[in-house]
Amino acid sequence: MRSDRILLAHGSGGTMMRELIDDIFVAEFHEDALKRLDDAASLPFSGARLAFSTDTYVVHPLFFPGGDIGRLAVCGTVNDVATSGAVPLYLSVGFVLEEGFLVEDLKRILVSMRDAAREAGVHIVTGDTKVVEKGSGDGVFINTAGVGALAEGVDLSGSYCKPGDRVLLSGTLGDHGIAIVSTREGLEFSTDIQTDAAPLNALIANVLAAAPDTRCFRDPTRGGLSSTLNELAMASGVSITVEETAVPVKPQVRGASEMLGYDVFQVANEGKMTAVVPAEQAEAALAAMKASPYGEDAAIVGEVADEHTGKVYVHTAFGATRIMDMLVGEQLPRIC
Amino acid sequence: MDLSAFRDPEIARGLIEAINATAAKLGREVKVMEVCGTHTVSIAKNGLRGVMPDNVTLLSGPGCPVCVTANHDIDTAVALAQTPGVTVTTFGDMMKVPGSYSSLAREKADGRDVRIVYSPLDALQLAQREPDRQVVFIAVGFETTAPLIAAAVLRAQEMGLENFSVFCAHKTVPIALEALINDPDVEIDAFILPGHVSTIIGSHPYEFLAEQYHIPGVITGFEPVDVLQGVYMILRQLDEGRAGIEIAYHRGVTPEGNPHAREMVDTVFEPIDADWRGIGVIPGTGLGVREEFAGFDATKKFTLELPEPKEIKGCQCGEVLRGITLPFECKLFARACTPEHPIGPCMVSSEGSCAAYYRFTDYGRTDK
Amino acid sequence: MCLAIPARILARQENSMASVDIMGVSRTVSLDLVPEAGEGDYVLVHAGFALQVIDEATANETLELLKTLPFFAEDEGLVAEGA
Repeated sequence: MRSDRILLAHGSGGTMMRELIDDIFVAEFHEDALKRLDDAASLPFSGARLAFSTDTYVVHPLFFPGGDIGRLAVCGTVNDVATSGAVPLYLSVGFVLEEGFLVEDLKRILVSMRDAAREAGVHIVTGDTKVVEKGSGDGVFINTAGVGALAEGVDLSGSYCKPGDRVLLSGTLGDHGIAIVSTREGLEFSTDIQTDAAPLNALIANVLAAAPDTRCFRDPTRGGLSSTLNELAMASGVSITVEETAVPVKPQVRGASEMLGYDVFQVANEGKMTAVVPAEQAEAALAAMKASPYGEDAAIVGEVADEHTGKVYVHTAFGATRIMDMLVGEQLPRIC
Repeated sequence: MDLSAFRDPEIARGLIEAINATAAKLGREVKVMEVCGTHTVSIAKNGLRGVMPDNVTLLSGPGCPVCVTANHDIDTAVALAQTPGVTVTTFGDMMKVPGSYSSLAREKADGRDVRIVYSPLDALQLAQREPDRQVVFIAVGFETTAPLIAAAVLRAQEMGLENFSVFCAHKTVPIALEALINDPDVEIDAFILPGHVSTIIGSHPYEFLAEQYHIPGVITGFEPVDVLQGVYMILRQLDEGRAGIEIAYHRGVTPEGNPHAREMVDTVFEPIDADWRGIGVIPGTGLGVREEFAGFDATKKFTLELPEPKEIKGCQCGEVLRGITLPFECKLFARACTPEHPIGPCMVSSEGSCAAYYRFTDYGRTDK
Repeated sequence: MCLAIPARILARQENSMASVDIMGVSRTVSLDLVPEAGEGDYVLVHAGFALQVIDEATANETLELLKTLPFFAEDEGLVAEGA
């Protein structure tokens, strides 16, 4: 890691964030569970196994079309726990509130969290709050940690993908990122695109039941589908090719992305899931996804191969093949 | 209007066949240069080099306005960011470009007020909303973008805004093309001419290429079918021994361009010499703010202390920008110079040749 | 060097602005460079400004011409028929 300062780019889910995690966090912590870099750690506990995950939410603005930081904070951690194949059970919440933050806004966020937890079937059982001086925060930062129960025999990992496997995507790409950007000062445009933030534990459970040999689930959050697939390709030592015409994208998301110069594969999602499934179980997995809440637009979007390992390709609508590159820093709107 | 047909693989196939057939008839090796960063990206992203016949080479030229912005111009933008009371507004493209010692992104990380905007109008609105801040807009781009900044300055004048100014580092294309042709190291048989610059300037400014140098040029759009059409029309000209300036991008470009937009540019700016990074000074290819608008010229409003410009050893951006060196032939490509740690602007700019090759192709990288 | 995207003018507004639609996304852009553009016209939008009016008829003509290319290549004996 060459920078001596933390830059915004280090938080964007791209290659710079990866560098920060590998070179600084994992290097200092020396923990095996951390090195696997899966979204949840699977931990032995009295003969059974727990899945345990944490995430911190710093999104700005706090309230955006279709949701808010509270809904994100609950759904994000529920999803991270669920990607390990575990049933999410309990969440903790930690708040850092900025002096002067409106109590009304805090209440709105808490109601969102309560409703999201109810929808996901999890309980928020413990929490903490701190207040910092005005100017030291962005209104509110929220950390959530979640635990879930891993049934015996369930063993998923981003390092298990095999040549021939199919990559499934549970729905339309880019909705969350575009919903957020549409509110940003200086970039405003109006659209009825809303965040897709949603708990996907039911969808994951259904897919696992229909396709028990699923290799892994992963949600394409910061850095988008591209970060997720590049991470899987690297972790498993395989290559992945995505069929561009198979990827569902709403026309408005496409339009906004073209206007801003964004690559839809790099835009964040908060209510979508990828699954890597052996070929013979792919159709069953797809059917299960489509029948699940938030999965109606699901599609098989790609395939795993063993040549050119560690790389992700896009077979374009136009018929050529190019690399699906991982976001480097932040995605900036451009005019060139 | 459904313009998705300009991405239609069927139509593309027809064009590719026609390109192959014409190239075969032509027989000899030809080098076609595109001078628009957006073409660089479109070609890389759509894998178009892969479908070219063996005797046709597509070269990328100095068409990325960010890439050709001189080091000392970046240093000026940085110095403006460091000036107390100044809010620097910029297109996202400029944020990460390294100057001699810093970049706008680095200044922002250090706590300076640097804000990304989508449009110069956003900068104007900001100036209205925050009268205590001096809002400076970093104006970079070719003839597509210059009219926008001219319009913004005229609006600012109309509004009587006293806290808005621009740092103008705009450049113009046609004269630069002549410099390229006259560069002894550079070999070009034809140009793919920029689609949106031509929307503004039309086709007449390029006619000297054909008339004086017998080099064909085709004004081309950016969808894959557009680019293939441009290449096909070039090959036909070369095969028939013709040299003319043709418009492939009919839906966006007329021979006269947009005279109203050009008038606005002429009102606010005048031609000056410009320093093209990696190439040097090309006389008459820059735009400077006219005296009457000095109140909107950031270089006149603020006294800046600029560092001695410093170039990085080993950076071959200049050769890449002139099409002499391919990105993966640069010794630093994918080793010391990557999008995460860019040495030169060709790698950091979203439209830079090096970035396009690095992001969309396998050149120069090893399997992990 | 220039991301510009086709957009349809929904309505002219005061101060030489207009609301435009880009595949379902709407934004306000300036008509300073194309003051004669009107509702229903398609324009190329770059960084918040309309650059030029797009000629739909010309776009269609170009497409029709391009579609004839394989046959053209055949006619010239450049490509084997049925290839």
